[in-house]
Amino acid sequence: MEPQTSCVTIQKEWDIVGARHVARDMARSLGFSTVDQARIATAVSELARNIYLYAKKGQIYFDIIDSVDRKGMNIKVIDSGPGIEDIGEVMQDGFSTSGGLGAGLPGVKRLMDEFDIESEKGVGTVIYVKKWVR
Amino acid sequence: MPIPILKLHNYLLVSIQTEIDDKTAIKFQENLLDKIYKTGASGVVIDLTSVEIIDSFIAKVLGDVVAMSDLMGAKVVLTGIQPAVAMTLIDLGIHMQNIPTALDLEQGLIKLHQELGE
Repeated sequence: MEPQTSCVTIQKEWDIVGARHVARDMARSLGFSTVDQARIATAVSELARNIYLYAKKGQIYFDIIDSVDRKGMNIKVIDSGPGIEDIGEVMQDGFSTSGGLGAGLPGVKRLMDEFDIESEKGVGTVIYVKKWVR
Repeated sequence: MPIPILKLHNYLLVSIQTEIDDKTAIKFQENLLDKIYKTGASGVVIDLTSVEIIDSFIAKVLGDVVAMSDLMGAKVVLTGIQPAVAMTLIDLGIHMQNIPTALDLEQGLIKLHQELGE
């Protein structure tokens, strides 16, 4: 029996790789296609790196959604970092403050089926993403 | 563990077999440029057949190493990008334009041969 829920704490750079593994293993066990496994793992990698770069520490919670009509994966990313002042700005393609490619959050949104973000300056950020097994 | 860089005539061959974290990726960038300098290699093939995930950071490191090698006078070809990786990169919004790629190691070497006119 696969665990229904799992949590990874991000505070070291290597934790990004750890989170990627948990995401991929869970996606594989749920029956996601190879491409969707890569999409989920990549999205988690981006989210974990955001925590590492901006908030220094945070948690990623993985949950299995297993209802009668559909299966999926629910991921919640929480940090108590600086928060995002202008969410509209970070959701624009090409926006980056870290000198990366700026693929960040808009990229994650495209990789996943559902995306939600709540952030308060000085309090932290919570991001919810979902992917459904097709 | 560092990523091994092999020399074959005047080319360097790299096959990335392990999961790469950010530090390993940056270290690899330095090691490759150093090896180009020391060997005088004119071409490099980086084979990504075993790589299951390329996120925006790893993509940036790979794109940068192509541009950096180019500045030094060595051509880099990326080979063997998996279908799932290619689809994920485009979803992420990373198009890796102007980066020479080939289907596999063999095609990569042919491409280097043609581009360098050797």
